[in-house]
Amino acid sequence: MDQLTWTGSAGTLLLPVFEIAVLALVLSLVAKLVFVLAGLDAPSLPGPDGTTTARSPGLLASLGIRYSFFAALAAMVCTLAAGAVMPSPVEAGILGAMAVRFWPVWLALAATFILSIRFRRRLGLYGKLFDSTVGMIGFAIVMFWVFTAIFADVIITQDPFAQLSGLKNKVPGIAAPESPYGWYLLGGDHLARDVFSRMVMGAREVLKIAPAATLFAFMVGITLGLPAGYFGGKLDTFISFLANLVLAFPVILLFYLLVTPEIRDTGIPIVLAALLFLFPIIFFSVLWNSRYYTNPPQRNLYVGITLVLGLWAYSGLAFNMDPLGVWSMEPNMLNVFVSVVFVNSPGVFRIVRGLVMDLKARDYVAAGQTRGEGPWYIMLWEILPNARGPLIVDFCLRIGYTTILLGTLGFFGLGVSPDSPDWGSTIDDGRKLLNLFPHPALAPALALMSLVLGLNLLADGLREESLKD
Amino acid sequence: MGLFVLRRLGVMLLTAIALTFVVFYLTNLQPNLEKLARTEGSVRMTEEAVQDWIAQNGHSGSVFMRYGQWLGVVPGWTYTDEKGQMRGRCFEIGQDAAAAPNYCGLLQGNWGYSTFFKTPVMDSLGEKLAATGWLMLAVMLVMVPTSLLLGVLSGMREGSATDRTLSTFSIASTATPEYVSGVVLVALFATAATGLSPILAEYGLIEPKKTLFLASATSAMDDITFWNFALPVMTIALYGIGYIARMTRASMTEVMTQQYIRTARLKGVPFQTVVMRHALRNALIAPFTVIMLQFPWLLNGVVIVESLFNYKGFGWTLVQAASNNDIPLLLACSVVAVVVVLLTQLISDIGYVFLNPRIRLA
Repeated sequence: MDQLTWTGSAGTLLLPVFEIAVLALVLSLVAKLVFVLAGLDAPSLPGPDGTTTARSPGLLASLGIRYSFFAALAAMVCTLAAGAVMPSPVEAGILGAMAVRFWPVWLALAATFILSIRFRRRLGLYGKLFDSTVGMIGFAIVMFWVFTAIFADVIITQDPFAQLSGLKNKVPGIAAPESPYGWYLLGGDHLARDVFSRMVMGAREVLKIAPAATLFAFMVGITLGLPAGYFGGKLDTFISFLANLVLAFPVILLFYLLVTPEIRDTGIPIVLAALLFLFPIIFFSVLWNSRYYTNPPQRNLYVGITLVLGLWAYSGLAFNMDPLGVWSMEPNMLNVFVSVVFVNSPGVFRIVRGLVMDLKARDYVAAGQTRGEGPWYIMLWEILPNARGPLIVDFCLRIGYTTILLGTLGFFGLGVSPDSPDWGSTIDDGRKLLNLFPHPALAPALALMSLVLGLNLLADGLREESLKD
Repeated sequence: MGLFVLRRLGVMLLTAIALTFVVFYLTNLQPNLEKLARTEGSVRMTEEAVQDWIAQNGHSGSVFMRYGQWLGVVPGWTYTDEKGQMRGRCFEIGQDAAAAPNYCGLLQGNWGYSTFFKTPVMDSLGEKLAATGWLMLAVMLVMVPTSLLLGVLSGMREGSATDRTLSTFSIASTATPEYVSGVVLVALFATAATGLSPILAEYGLIEPKKTLFLASATSAMDDITFWNFALPVMTIALYGIGYIARMTRASMTEVMTQQYIRTARLKGVPFQTVVMRHALRNALIAPFTVIMLQFPWLLNGVVIVESLFNYKGFGWTLVQAASNNDIPLLLACSVVAVVVVLLTQLISDIGYVFLNPRIRLA
C-alpha cells in the first residue's frame, strides 16, 4: 500500500488550476485594497462629457476577486467530487477519500437543504434564513458538524483510541496496514492514533456539551434577568453586582480555580450544580403557572409534569443519585459543564436585563398591566417572546463562545479526561511538537475554527433576517 | 463627575475585595492545603503530620482571619513549637519575634513568598509583568490601527463588495481563538515541515532548515526581534482585530447615515474628505470603549499565547502558579488581573463621558 497524495489523480490536472486561481485571488485582493486606499473605488469613472464611461480600477479588482474566488472554489469542488467517484483512496487522494467518508453527512445536508428551501415560506424565522447567503453558508457549516457528530461512528476509519505501532507522528495519508481502513487519512498523533478519527469523534464531544451548557446559561440568565430588568430597584442592584463580579473575573483564572481535581473533594462543583440546575425547573414551573393559574387542573398537570421530569433529571445530573439510573454525569464532565454555565450566565443576564428594560415601556406591557395580568405573566409571555430575535442571535454566538471556552479548558488540560478526543485536548497534545509535526494539532484547530465561524455566520444571517421584520 | 468617579471607585474597591476573597477561599481549600503540605514537607507524610503542618504554618483557623492576615488588617499568625522556637507570618525562623511588625499583608507591601519560584512574589512578578507589558504594547500597536482601518473601510460604504469582504474577514478572525490561530500561524510560518518556510528555502530566499519566524518566544525575554516576536503578537492581535473592526464598522455605518454627512455630500465635498473630516471623529467614540474593554480579553489571550510560545511573562506565571499550587503567587496574579480589569472599566466609563459631550453625569 502506498502513501496517499492530497489530491489523488484528479489533482494532477486540477491542482495547477487551483493554484493559479488562488494566486489571482490574492493579487486582486491586494489590488482592491490599494485602489480603495487610493480613492479609486467609486463604481465608475466619469468620462469627459460627464457620463459614466469606463469602469473604475476598484470595480475591476472586485470582478477579479469574484471570478478567481469562484474558479478556486470550482477547482476544489471538482477535486472533491472527482475523488468521491474514484474507486479507491489511492486515486481519490486524501481530500477525496475524506469526502467519501463523510457520505452520510452530505446526504443529510442535502435532504435538510432541499426540504427547508422547499417549505421555507412556512417555517418562520428558520425559513427566512434561506433568503440570506451568509446565513445559509453558516447554517451549512454548523449542520455539517452536527451531522458529523451524529454519524461519527460511520465516518471514523478506526477506533479513535487505538494505537498502531510505527505510526507515531506520521504524515497525512500514511499507509496503516493494521488499520481496517488501510490508511491514516490525516496522519498519526504522538501516541500513534488516527488524527482523522479523533477529529470526527471530537465533534461529538464538543457538540454534546456546548449547546447544552449554553442552554442552561440562558435559563439562568433569563430567570434572573427578567425580574432584574422588570422590577429594578434593590433586586436589580444586587444581582447586577453579582453578575459584574463574575464578569470581572479573568476566565482563565476562574477555570484554574474551579476545574481542578482537588476541588471535586470539597463538593463545590456539586453545590454550584445544585444551584444552577435549579433554574430550568424554576423557569418552566413559573412559565406554566403564570399562564394557567386561572385553570387549576391544567396548571397542575403542566407544573406537575415539569416538576417530576425536572427533579428526576436534577437528582441524576447534580447529585448523581437518579433512582432509575437514566440521568447521570461523570464528575469530570459535571465540573467542566458547571464552570462553563457559571461563566456564561452573567453575560446572558446582562443582555436579558437590557432587553427587558427597553421593552417594558412598550404599549402591550401597559395593556397587560391594565388588564390586571401578574408581573410574571407579562415578563414570560409578553416581553420574552418579543425579545426572541436578539436572544436567538446571541444564542448562536454564545454556542461558538462556549466552544472556544471548552477548547481553552482542553488546551490547558483541565477537566476532561486526558485521552478524550475533544478538540481542545487534541490541540494541547499536538502543540508540544508543533514545529516538528504540525498536523496533529492543525486538524482539530481548523475543525474548531470552522464550527465557530459557521455559528458566527449563522448568527449574522439570523440578525439580518430578524431585523427585516 | 467627581461624585460619579468616587462612587465607581467605591464599587471597584468592593468588587476587588470580594473577588480576592473568592480567590483566597478557592486557593486555600483544605485539599489544596494538604497538597501544599505534601509538596513543602514530604510526600509520605501521614494524615496527622499533614494536619500538624497546616496548623504550624498558619493555614488553620477561620478563612476570614487568614484572609485578613493576607490583606494586612489582622495581626499575622505566630506559632511556638515544643522547643520554644517561634515562627510566624511576619518574621523568618530564628528572627526576633518581638521586633517584627504585627501586621504584614498586602497593605504593608508584603505579597508573600512564592513556593514555586522560591523568591518573594514581588520580585518574580515585577519582572514577568514587564515582559507582558512589552507584549501588550506590541499587540496594541498592531491591533488598534489595523482594526480601525478595517472598520472604517468597511463601514464607509455599507453593503459594498469591500464591506462584505472585510466583514467576512472580521467574522473569521473573531471565530479564531488564540490557540487555533497560534497553531495555524506556527504551521504556516514557523516549521521546516509545512507552510511557507520549505517553499522559501527551496527558492533560496532563506537558509535551508531555517524558518520564516520562530515558534518560541523565549529569546524575546532578553531581546525582542521581529523574528521571535511577530507570531505571538499576531496571534493575540488577530482575535481582537475582528471584534474591534466590527464595532467600528457598526459605529461608522451609523454615522454615515446622519444628516450632516448627507449635507456635506450634497454641498459637493469629495467623499474622501467627508469620511476623513466629518465622519471619522464621530465614528471613533464607540470603538474607544470597546478597545478599553478588550484588555480583560487580552489577558486571556496573553495566558494562552505565553504558554503556547513559551514566553515567560505574566500569563505563563499564572499557569505555573495555578498548576503548582503556589498560593501566594496565584493570589498576587489574581490581584493584578482584577485590578487591570476594573481599572480599564473605570477608564472606559470616564473616557466615554469625556469623548461624548452628549452624556452628562450628575
